Amino acid sequence: MTVTTIKPIHKDKLVAQQQALQDPNWVRWGLIFIALSFITLFICGPLFLVIFQALSKGFAAYWAALSEPDTISAIKLTLLVALVTVPLNTVFGVAAAWAITRFDFKGKSLLTTLIDLPFSVSPVISGLIFVLLFGAQGWFGEWLMAHDIKIIFAAPGIILATLFITFPFVARQLIPLMQEMGNQEEEAALSLGASGWKTFWAITLPNIKWALLYGVLLCNARAMGEFGAVSVVSGHIRGMTNTLPLHVEVSYNDYDVVGAFASASILAALAIVTLILKTVLEWQQAKR
Amino acid sequence: MSISLFDISKNFGAFSALNHINLEVPEGELVALLGPSGCGKTTLLRIIAGLERTDKGKVVINGQDKTDQNVSQRGIGFVFQHYALFRHMTVFENVAFGLRVKPRNIRPSNEVITKKVHALLELVQLDWLHNRYPDQLSGGQRQRIALARALAVEPSVLLLDEPFGALDASVRKDLRQWLRNLHHELNVTSIFVTHDQEEAMEVASQVVVLNHGRIEQQGTPSQIYDHPANAFVSRFIGQTNVFDLDEHDADWLQTAGLLTPKLGEKIAHVRPHDIIIKKSIDTAKALATLKDWQHLGALIRIELVKNNINGSSDASVFAELPNDKFKELDLTRGDKVNLTIRQAHWFH
Repeated sequence: MTVTTIKPIHKDKLVAQQQALQDPNWVRWGLIFIALSFITLFICGPLFLVIFQALSKGFAAYWAALSEPDTISAIKLTLLVALVTVPLNTVFGVAAAWAITRFDFKGKSLLTTLIDLPFSVSPVISGLIFVLLFGAQGWFGEWLMAHDIKIIFAAPGIILATLFITFPFVARQLIPLMQEMGNQEEEAALSLGASGWKTFWAITLPNIKWALLYGVLLCNARAMGEFGAVSVVSGHIRGMTNTLPLHVEVSYNDYDVVGAFASASILAALAIVTLILKTVLEWQQAKR
Repeated sequence: MSISLFDISKNFGAFSALNHINLEVPEGELVALLGPSGCGKTTLLRIIAGLERTDKGKVVINGQDKTDQNVSQRGIGFVFQHYALFRHMTVFENVAFGLRVKPRNIRPSNEVITKKVHALLELVQLDWLHNRYPDQLSGGQRQRIALARALAVEPSVLLLDEPFGALDASVRKDLRQWLRNLHHELNVTSIFVTHDQEEAMEVASQVVVLNHGRIEQQGTPSQIYDHPANAFVSRFIGQTNVFDLDEHDADWLQTAGLLTPKLGEKIAHVRPHDIIIKKSIDTAKALATLKDWQHLGALIRIELVKNNINGSSDASVFAELPNDKFKELDLTRGDKVNLTIRQAHWFH
């Protein structure tokens, strides 16, 4: 009886085989170097500069700039805008995603295209749309003046412009996910006697919650940070119609460097918090 | 709970999926909707469930017209091909779902729900998995949980859409038998869709054969097999040899024992086990040559090549016989054989 011996593969040969499938060292390090320089130059650099400039005259001056009435009202307005637009766009986004992925109707592709419209249009144009609609010479201008309703150069206008700009975020997160998930679980729930509403809360929502939160996070970041569209409709009235991003511009134009960078540092902090939450959510999504 | 379908028709755009379907399912039957892909069987099942709307016709469940009723009001249980278990709930919560969403006034208490769910999980022999999540289960386990979930609401009708389609062969075989036994125990009227004719014949008490949106034949498995209504059913169910009088030598067929058909019938369908073969003594007059055989466990399938008067033809004829009988015949590849056709079904 013969016994077959299996020869062990030489360790060097294994390592050589592994290396053959990888990029050469210089390619790897080159790419990493390019990526790191990019991040340092365009992200870390400006971030560091903002904090440096904000604290350039000491912490007391920084705090004074933040406690100014104009800054406080800018912060309040930004928070108000976010508080109104984010929940509304969450509801719109969920409704739009549900309609697009669960039903067949005439104009479905049109709706899908329209959802992406705010992304493809310049933010300045987005603001201009509302001026043309509700401004003094706009379509509804006379009617609004007759009823003493202010939209342009007031908070409602800012809210409308932000609503338009941030509309796609939630919908775009949900649509591909819901399409990929299919509606079998919902059909199963319905066949077991659940109402449409109950099916949504008990079955659909838990399955989409991480994508939904992600969309809400992006929506919020944009709502608080939007400049172009808001700038067109706001009128830049200090203490009344300046959001925080607008306040940064106004302060800078007044040569109030500390004030400008102090406000900017709040926005930078918001960006960092958003990034952290985004990473946590992505990690949670991957876990599922 | 019996089901009656009257004149059901369904179109998807220009495509006609179902054409004037009339069907009676008596209470307690286990019915298979059988047919090739695209014949409309899943559409029909979903119309019975209420997951699709029929364009015309009526769906009557236990005497009540449910055509316009929502799927959640029809009192049916549905089992999906890919299980559709709720991925974020445990097995226990999945099965309990139907009971938990009942309207407040008829919803059972928590203790009753717990008892019922455990009883159902015992029935499908998976109570030990009640705390697991669906992605921790195998395909066969998931399908059994899906079945338990559908049974929790005590449906009057159980509808299964290719329930074993996503499982591998051995699990499929086991679950087929298991479903048949479960049906005997529970006696719920059940309808399942399949494209596997073996599955339909093995599991169902009534088989409905569909093709291109129409019902070709309805009957018990033996009725369908022994007395196929038309050429499609005969070819779709089991194995068949097709002899077209126009293409085959009439003398050859007569020597083989094929009786003359009635007027107008010119295509004969012969089941492989209705062909008896014998080793040929007078090899010059032999009807066929043994080309090859396949070992199918208890049966041997033999491939024969016909010898026509003017030399061999290419058409293969398949015969089947039990393992031991084949050994008795002591045949090898290339042997000349004579065959006798015991019976045939004639079609136009």
